[in-house]
Amino acid sequence: MALSKKTKEAFLGPLNLNNPVLVQILGICSALAVTVQLKPALVMGISVTIIVALSNVVVSLIRKSIPMRIRIIIQLVVVAALVTIVSEVLKAFAYDVAMQLSVYLGLIITNCILMGRLEAFAMTNNVKDSLMDGLGNGFGYAWILVVVAFVRELLGSGKLLGMQVIPDWCYEHGYSNCGMMLMPAMALILVGCIIWAHRSINDKEAK
Amino acid sequence: MEKFYQMWKEFGKNFEEGGKWQKLSSFYDAFDTFLFTPQTTSGRVGAQVHGGNDSKRTMILVVMALVPALLFGMFNVGYQHLLATGQLVAGGMTCALWWKAFGFGFLAVLPFILVSYIVGLGIEFTVAQIKHEEVAEGFLVTGFIIPLIVPINTPLWMVAIATAFAVIFAKEIFGGTGYNIFNVALIARAFLFFAYPSAMTGDHAFIREGGTWGWDSQAQLVDGFSGATPMGQLATTTDANLMPMDFWTAFNGLIPGSVGETCGWAILLGAILLICTGVASWKTMLSILATAGVTAWLFNAFGPETAVANYPWYMHLVSGGLLFGAVFMATDPVTSARTECGKWIYGALIGFMVIVIRVLNPGYPEGMMLAILLGNTFAPLIDWCVVRRNIKKRLARKEAVA
Repeated sequence: MALSKKTKEAFLGPLNLNNPVLVQILGICSALAVTVQLKPALVMGISVTIIVALSNVVVSLIRKSIPMRIRIIIQLVVVAALVTIVSEVLKAFAYDVAMQLSVYLGLIITNCILMGRLEAFAMTNNVKDSLMDGLGNGFGYAWILVVVAFVRELLGSGKLLGMQVIPDWCYEHGYSNCGMMLMPAMALILVGCIIWAHRSINDKEAK
Repeated sequence: MEKFYQMWKEFGKNFEEGGKWQKLSSFYDAFDTFLFTPQTTSGRVGAQVHGGNDSKRTMILVVMALVPALLFGMFNVGYQHLLATGQLVAGGMTCALWWKAFGFGFLAVLPFILVSYIVGLGIEFTVAQIKHEEVAEGFLVTGFIIPLIVPINTPLWMVAIATAFAVIFAKEIFGGTGYNIFNVALIARAFLFFAYPSAMTGDHAFIREGGTWGWDSQAQLVDGFSGATPMGQLATTTDANLMPMDFWTAFNGLIPGSVGETCGWAILLGAILLICTGVASWKTMLSILATAGVTAWLFNAFGPETAVANYPWYMHLVSGGLLFGAVFMATDPVTSARTECGKWIYGALIGFMVIVIRVLNPGYPEGMMLAILLGNTFAPLIDWCVVRRNIKKRLARKEAVA
């Protein structure tokens, strides 16, 4: 199946040049809250990807029959239904992670990326493009989360995915974890650093 | 000297346009203006009034003002070490022990100064090369203050990370020297405090119990030794009337604490130099001390029944980092309020907050760092309000005349 240029763009754009976190600065609050450890960040990234992709598809399918005046309500119902399903699944099969994510799982409903994509893309595009756009934005959000969580868990607790990776030898010789990494402020600074690097690379390309 | 100057200028030709090391010209400029008075003058256009005091001279004045506190701090580090290891008993000071105390402290503090300058200046020089700008002189003072405000047992790599963090994230991303919102040295300390709380607080942070560079590392601690600072004791005690020291002990500063903050008279010497040369504002200092005194007195009279709240107001002024912060850090011309009226308000905010943090939050025995950072946050707003008020007053006056 050959993908049209637009479909490709819908998927690849949000990964880099039109990244929802780095360029549109959306979804920052959850990026701060769930990135203390890698595991919740991964789960959060996957959940958001699934929800944004499926809700894009659903809204795109019914876009022609949605009355314009109540479209926000309908979009919200779709997202809320999907969020509920995902959070029930997580509670059933990954209870500890669901507890770590706590309210932020439910708060995916208010994640700006979701409503933004539904309003800006799914309402006016066909199903295939909407699916790709949803996946692209989901992954674009997820990789930022994973990078931030990787740095925070490694430097903040010396672990990755809950397993200790910095050897005891280092701790015995005076190394200690950086408590600042566990604070939300540091997540903001890390996201800022990624944006900094991203812009300086892309600005050079633009020139 | 003349000969050296000629050689230096000859050497500088390599850095001019078309020279070998043209790209590194900001390196040369930095050392050139540091060593010699710049020869360039502004063009003869219109009337110009210009003092001979450029920012390098100003920075050097602050460094000179910090020297008494540094020297005393070095001695105190060694003195506390000798006390802790029982080599010195009260009243038993001899000449040999005096020199041992100073030498020990000198060797203990020196690595902090080196690390702070090498890391900070390294970043400053690198950034200047990347941005093709002159090397700014702001780090001269920052690099000198950082060793003075950290506990002596802080590992050096933590100091290096904190310095790098502060210079990059508190200064360079805002545009470099003169554009920072927060005091850079305090950001370094705040980073240490929040990133490595176990190394920055507690009974073992403020006294070098082991050796320095292997010297005197065999010394044993005396029994029942506690290295808690007076402010730390106040925060943890259950005795509501505890007085860890009297006024003159606190003012003389032979007590555990960060390197440069303990000695009242050494800091006041620096303050006199800063005020006489007009580098720092006496209004800010006076305002902080007065407000802190009044706030502490109010807590003495009406506060809760805890040791910190009962700690006499005059003791609050000479304890912890209050004096050092008021003289050297709150008066930083970049981050403090600039309007004359604003300085009073800014100082009052800091003086009030430091006592409130000390008394009402047992998690922070010392409130000066957080109080000054909060003051820094509000300084632009204070200035804005003062300027607005002045404009309104003048408008009203103009209307009254018209």
